[in-house]
Amino acid sequence: MHILRHVGWVKRSKTYQILMNGEFRFATPTLHLNTETCLSMLKIENLTIRFDTRYGPLTAVDNVTFEVRPGEVFGLVGESGAGKSLTGQAIIGLLDPPGYIAGGQISLEGVRIDNLAYNHLRALRGRKIGMIFQDPLTSLNPLYTIGKQLTETILTHTSVTTAEAQQQAIALLTDVGIPGAAERINQYPHQFSGGMRQRVVIALALCANPQLVIADEPTTALDVSIQAQILSLLKQMCREHGAAVILITHDMGVISQVAQRVAVMYSGRLVEIGDVRQIVKHPKHPYARGLMGSIPSLHHQVDQLTQIDGAMPRLTDIPPGCAFHPRCPECFDLCREKRPVLKKIANSHIACWLYAQEAHHAG
Amino acid sequence: MWWIRACGSIWERLTVMGDSAHPTEGLSLRKGWRIAGTLKRLTDSDIFYSFYHSPVTVIAVFVTLLMIGSALTAPWIAPHNPFDLASLDLMDSHIPPAWEDDGDKRYLLGTDDQGRDVLSTILYGSRISLMVGFLSVIFSMVLGVSLGIISGYAGGLADVLIMRIAEIQISFPAILIALLVDGVLRTLIPNAHSERLAVIVLVFSIGISGWVQYARTVRSSTMVEKNKEYVQAARVIGIHPVLIMTRHILPNVMGPVLVIATIHLAVAIITEATLSFLGVGVPPTQPSLGTLIRIGNDFLFSGEWWITIFPSAALAILVLAVNLLGDWLRDALNPKLR
Amino acid sequence: MPDKDQALLKVTGLKRYFDVSQPFLNRLLERRKRQYLKAVNGVSFTIKQGETFALVGESGCGKSTIAHLVVGLFPPSAGKIEFDGIDLTTLNNRAQLRPVRRRMAMIFQDPYASLNPRWRVNNIISEPIKAFGLLNGRQAIVQRTSVLLEQVGLSPQDGAKFPHEFSGGQRQRISIARALAGEPEFIVCDEPTSALDVSVQAQILNLIKNLQKKFGLSYLFISHDLAVVRHIADHVGVMYMGRLCESAPVKALFENPRHPYTRLLLDTIPDIEKMGRECAPPQGEIPNPLNPPAGCAFHPRCPQTTDHCICNRPKLENMASDAKVACFQAF
Repeated sequence: MHILRHVGWVKRSKTYQILMNGEFRFATPTLHLNTETCLSMLKIENLTIRFDTRYGPLTAVDNVTFEVRPGEVFGLVGESGAGKSLTGQAIIGLLDPPGYIAGGQISLEGVRIDNLAYNHLRALRGRKIGMIFQDPLTSLNPLYTIGKQLTETILTHTSVTTAEAQQQAIALLTDVGIPGAAERINQYPHQFSGGMRQRVVIALALCANPQLVIADEPTTALDVSIQAQILSLLKQMCREHGAAVILITHDMGVISQVAQRVAVMYSGRLVEIGDVRQIVKHPKHPYARGLMGSIPSLHHQVDQLTQIDGAMPRLTDIPPGCAFHPRCPECFDLCREKRPVLKKIANSHIACWLYAQEAHHAG
Repeated sequence: MWWIRACGSIWERLTVMGDSAHPTEGLSLRKGWRIAGTLKRLTDSDIFYSFYHSPVTVIAVFVTLLMIGSALTAPWIAPHNPFDLASLDLMDSHIPPAWEDDGDKRYLLGTDDQGRDVLSTILYGSRISLMVGFLSVIFSMVLGVSLGIISGYAGGLADVLIMRIAEIQISFPAILIALLVDGVLRTLIPNAHSERLAVIVLVFSIGISGWVQYARTVRSSTMVEKNKEYVQAARVIGIHPVLIMTRHILPNVMGPVLVIATIHLAVAIITEATLSFLGVGVPPTQPSLGTLIRIGNDFLFSGEWWITIFPSAALAILVLAVNLLGDWLRDALNPKLR
Repeated sequence: MPDKDQALLKVTGLKRYFDVSQPFLNRLLERRKRQYLKAVNGVSFTIKQGETFALVGESGCGKSTIAHLVVGLFPPSAGKIEFDGIDLTTLNNRAQLRPVRRRMAMIFQDPYASLNPRWRVNNIISEPIKAFGLLNGRQAIVQRTSVLLEQVGLSPQDGAKFPHEFSGGQRQRISIARALAGEPEFIVCDEPTSALDVSVQAQILNLIKNLQKKFGLSYLFISHDLAVVRHIADHVGVMYMGRLCESAPVKALFENPRHPYTRLLLDTIPDIEKMGRECAPPQGEIPNPLNPPAGCAFHPRCPQTTDHCICNRPKLENMASDAKVACFQAF
């Protein structure tokens, strides 16, 4: 797989060279800051991700639209297979083949980034967008010391000397709470515990001061007491570096603690976006309501949890109309026939026919 | 590959019924549908897909099946019976292939020094070669898989013992082991029986030289499987370890074994040919492809090339086809390469 | 049938050490001693008839090892496991164990690994029935598996399918059906929902609870998720580094946690009801279990550590209302 991906990269960069020689030059993605983009630093419009299989294309992410504001923590929740990780991978251009972006736009600060050539995309990764993966063991190279990995990343993205980069790396490691950073910088990833490794990964993601950090299930592999440490660190570091965060997780608890705005995904589609308080306390979409009800509470004991019967449909048989309708307790004829689109209702956007009337009146 | 696709679509139409049938209907009918359903799963599976999208493999399978088929039906399709001494005529010896100037229409690929039809000897010879190949592969497989599962599942002393023996054996070339075992057995068996037991001795010596690969592969997959929760579930119920090994673990470790077995078949056929070529294989009265090549080799420099070239070509094609099949199977069953 | 309130499972002084030493030659050359991982180091608890006893703790605390010891996947290094008055550690052949094994069952964590991929669901579920010889005749077994499938919310037609045709939640239902097949009184659930999504988790938790009411089952429920434990358990044991540090009825434990570690766990879980409230995360990490701290194992992370805690190990002491705590500061 890795080899294949590598070959893919080589191929892509070759086409890029051909284009370069043919007097077709890409402008480097410099900042064109204008008033419009100040409100949203990352804008995703109608993003569609497909997989070509021998049974035909499968749509894994379907027409997803949202924006991330500068400095905010944006939560992307959903169950496994809802397409949340794919959305994250698409933003940073790490979509594994056979997956590809079949439609829509991703723009960072007003510049489209979904159709960038490989070289530009690589410059963007790390410098503009950082990434934190679920498994801290596999996202660090086991053959290099963490110091080498950090300084190398700093050197690729900024113009400093090796000594300065080394200094920066030590400072960064101290910032993420690694005691004795000056000594530990020469250690290998396997010499760190899981929580410490995730701290290193956060340092690595932040070392070039990116404007956006995509954290894909950053605490799923960790124990609760360590999870709390990492979450609060992530929040604090991003505040200090002024980076916006897209937090991808399946855990509503994590989202409610860290995020300001949330998007709930179901079978590749957005069902509700809004303020975290709104969605946690008063979810509107029946799926979001079911999801919140199915979380067992720490404070009071109920006899039965609210359950949503059935399971999320497989990509091969997504029902027509609203994808949630076979499991929805409030579904009616329209839901089975037509797909609802996101409509603004009060402070949030909801894709549900139940609220279509309301939106109509409001709009 | 239009014809395969055409067959596929007809097949699909036939089997769609199998899938939608109600399992509560009559028992015999249900069984029929279940077989149809299983076959449909097979034709729908990724393996089948990768099969008919790989023309080389399709040809390899075709050639292999052709050779196996013609070997099995040799008594009926061969133009002559090379073992019927009464029908042999020394006057017919050393006749070149039919298209040469001195050729004889009765003998398409010519005759050898005893007047036997080369085409018929090849058909009969590949029979022996394939039989020895298959039997020794089955022997190695049974031995290797059982030792591997025991070694992986039981661990401890059994594991140490089996694996050390395997390591000692693997440090010698397989052909050497086969020669050694063959030699020892031949001296042990009284001369009166040696001709009759020759094939069994050959199967045993080739088989014993190849079990290590199976054992090592099966051992490592067993060690992965035995820690999976379905094995724990069986242990919690108190299922006997032998049953766990045979009914739970065995079906789950057979994938790589099939790959090894296919590639091993080619190796076993070659080993048999080598032993026969060296003169320690099957007796010349029941010649295999290797024996035929050795016999022909004596006449190669007197210009009678057909006696050795045609059996050699048959051997090469058979081994190549089986090897290609094994290579494809290895890639198709390996999720990492897909 | 044992009467209510009587202990169904009684575990006393349970220990399990794993030999994690280097191979013999390495030990000899590097002059190292044998090393043991003390996965379970002296744990005692009782589970009453019809009760759910939950063990919680972080990864590596030994809770899963206890589950495996109780169902007899491997023998304990020391201690007793008494099931309905029978000491399991004294039974050492399969024939003696069989009647006890019939009365116990286990539900596993990973729904993808716990079902044999080459077996049809019918065969998977009927394996315990055949193993214990509960029913004879194909027809009777087929009928029983249909009933079991319906009890866990699947249809009898699903029995002819293979496990890969089901989603994670459905596979866990199959696993539950297999556990019920032997008509057990006691089921060990080893993190049965941690591999599932929340909405599916709710389905499975409801199912587990309903089955308990229907069949009067007792559960040993292993989990790392306190919210799930709060929902399902009657009595909770909190484990840290191979020992129980607190054991109490669920209400008492959640409303009045006595051990600092329990408090730490309760404070750190992201809780949707404490939204946005910033709480100081606990410091420190779980120590290396090969080299546990002296005294109270929790002392390096404990906010109330005294010199006494560093030198002495607290025992699990009885407190008011059926609660037990192993902490010097809890009095």
